Amino acid sequence: MTGGEGDGALLELRGISKQFGAVQALTDVDFSVRRGEVVALVGDNGAGKSTLVKVIEGVGPANAGEIRFAGRLARIADPHDATALGIATVYQDLALCDNLDVAGNLFLGREERRRGLAGAVGWLHEVGMERRATDLLWTLSVRLPSVRTPVASLSGGQRQSVAIARSLIGEPRVVLLDEPTAALGVAQTAQVLDLIRRLRDRGLGVVVISHNLADVFAVADRIVVLRLGRNAGEFDVAGTTREQVVAAITGAADADAAATDVGPAGVGS
Amino acid sequence: MTTSVERDPRLTGDEGVRGHLGAFRRRVTGGELGALPVVIGLVVICLYLQTQNDRFLLPGNVTNLILQVAAVGTISVGVVLVLLLGEIDLSVAAVSGLTSAVMAVLAVHGVHPVVAVLAALVLGAAIGAFQGFMFAVTSVPSFVVTLAGLIAWQGVLLQVLGSTGTVNLPFGTGVSRLVYTFFGDVVGYLLAAAVVAVFVLQALGSRRQRRAAGLEASSPLVIGVRAALLAVGVFFLAYWLNRDRGVPLALVIFVGLVVVFDLVTRHTAYGRHIFAVGGNPEAAWRAGINVTAVRISVFVLAGTMAAAGGVLAAARLTAVNQSTGGGDLLLNAIAAAVIGGTSLFGGRGSAYSALLGVLVIGSISNGLDLLNKSSAVKFMITGAVLLVAATIDALARRGRQARGRA
Repeated sequence: MTGGEGDGALLELRGISKQFGAVQALTDVDFSVRRGEVVALVGDNGAGKSTLVKVIEGVGPANAGEIRFAGRLARIADPHDATALGIATVYQDLALCDNLDVAGNLFLGREERRRGLAGAVGWLHEVGMERRATDLLWTLSVRLPSVRTPVASLSGGQRQSVAIARSLIGEPRVVLLDEPTAALGVAQTAQVLDLIRRLRDRGLGVVVISHNLADVFAVADRIVVLRLGRNAGEFDVAGTTREQVVAAITGAADADAAATDVGPAGVGS
Repeated sequence: MTTSVERDPRLTGDEGVRGHLGAFRRRVTGGELGALPVVIGLVVICLYLQTQNDRFLLPGNVTNLILQVAAVGTISVGVVLVLLLGEIDLSVAAVSGLTSAVMAVLAVHGVHPVVAVLAALVLGAAIGAFQGFMFAVTSVPSFVVTLAGLIAWQGVLLQVLGSTGTVNLPFGTGVSRLVYTFFGDVVGYLLAAAVVAVFVLQALGSRRQRRAAGLEASSPLVIGVRAALLAVGVFFLAYWLNRDRGVPLALVIFVGLVVVFDLVTRHTAYGRHIFAVGGNPEAAWRAGINVTAVRISVFVLAGTMAAAGGVLAAARLTAVNQSTGGGDLLLNAIAAAVIGGTSLFGGRGSAYSALLGVLVIGSISNGLDLLNKSSAVKFMITGAVLLVAATIDALARRGRQARGRA
């Protein structure tokens, strides 16, 4: 199941290990995501989810292991490398500027400038950005009164949607979402899950880090479980029960593994 | 309305006058008060002072008022920028005093006035760079860095002025012409016409672009109404000032700086980054903005504007002495920015708040002088107005938060 070269794994990590001093945070972890696939990364607190995500986004590079992007060996030493490859991250705290409007946030740090002299002094191409922002939100079916609305006046789900839309401005190929539904109500969660499906339909590789198994089963195609810094199982959502995933997360599967062979691969013993 | 270009069906349709009024109401009830409270306050204050002393709004006194506020207002523009970052610069008045002293000393030693003024501006920028570096790189809070600056630069001022303690500038020539130059008659009206023309051209250009892109744009009627209001305002001001000596150069400099910084903050990537750093530095940093550079550069601008204000103040008084840059200058410069509607919490405000705020403070001070009130009364009233302005800011912020979590 761990995406071979042939079936077009977009992002593939093999044998990733990471230590913090004496602590072995990740041991020989494999992970991959394909085009048009939503992969959920789950695990208990301290299982190594965040550490693995930091490896992918270049915030905390691995000590060992190899990363391939679109089949080619890649080096992700800092966030800039990740962005250059086409990996975008939506942080749990969204990292939005409340005082700026939606368009301002979408283009923050990569504002479009006018051509010619005006552009040379940094004059903004407001019309172009407003147009692109409106179009982008429209194709994502994100409903907002106007892209000139200050982000402060949006609901939690709308803010999450804006944060996700922003990650698409740089036209990435892989999007990492850190706990995208953690702070949302039922209706807003549905909204964001819809948006995640639309990212998949656009052919992006989507990685969702989540604690919420209901959301994971609702949106993911594949579930990768980490436990104590190691791969503790990998499941196709179709034909998997929540109990199997919970067992892999908690380690209850270890005890049963020999007997029932539920399928967790690479469990260290 | 008949339109040749097909409009995007997704737009809310705020194009006409009614749409504009509706959008305005939504903003105000949503806690985006902008300049509304201060404009109302300014009108009320002026009308009240006029009823108490009918000389208040006469051309001669309006000219005086403008000359009085231009220097503080210029310093306050720099304070606005620092407040947008969510920081504070307590050293601006001391910097204005020191730089104007350096300018005066150079000028009386035969240095060309232009060179002397440039030297003051460069010194202000250098001081700003130093303080910005201390804050942004070594992470000393801006409050402390600039408080240290406030004290230290005053000391340097005394050192520069030497034993006599006062440097007099020649009246009517050199630096003093920055303030005591007036554009009478035709030139005054030409200035007013230029302001209106720039506004109309800019509005029409923006409308054409937005419609070409299929975005909502102001209707010609809205642009016309605004242009007419602006024209009535500036032409009347030019007429009124022409009845005295004309439009003062100090006003042109001050308002010109306000307009330039308003354009920079609202329409350039740099200005957007200032707002972003003031709103959420962490988010700005993650978005790839060089937060340190933005912070240092804003302190550089604040220092430069302080120097410019200091030069204007020295030009008006045609002297620099040991109390230059002291007194209530710092408090007025900060109070003007806040009264004008720039938030102390960072990320909200406008260069125009320096203009509006300084007019409020200047009007109170000037009007109470006309009424022969003491400094005691002036301070108390100015303090009360500042408190009201800060309260409005805090309440509006609460209003935004209340609505923001709908």
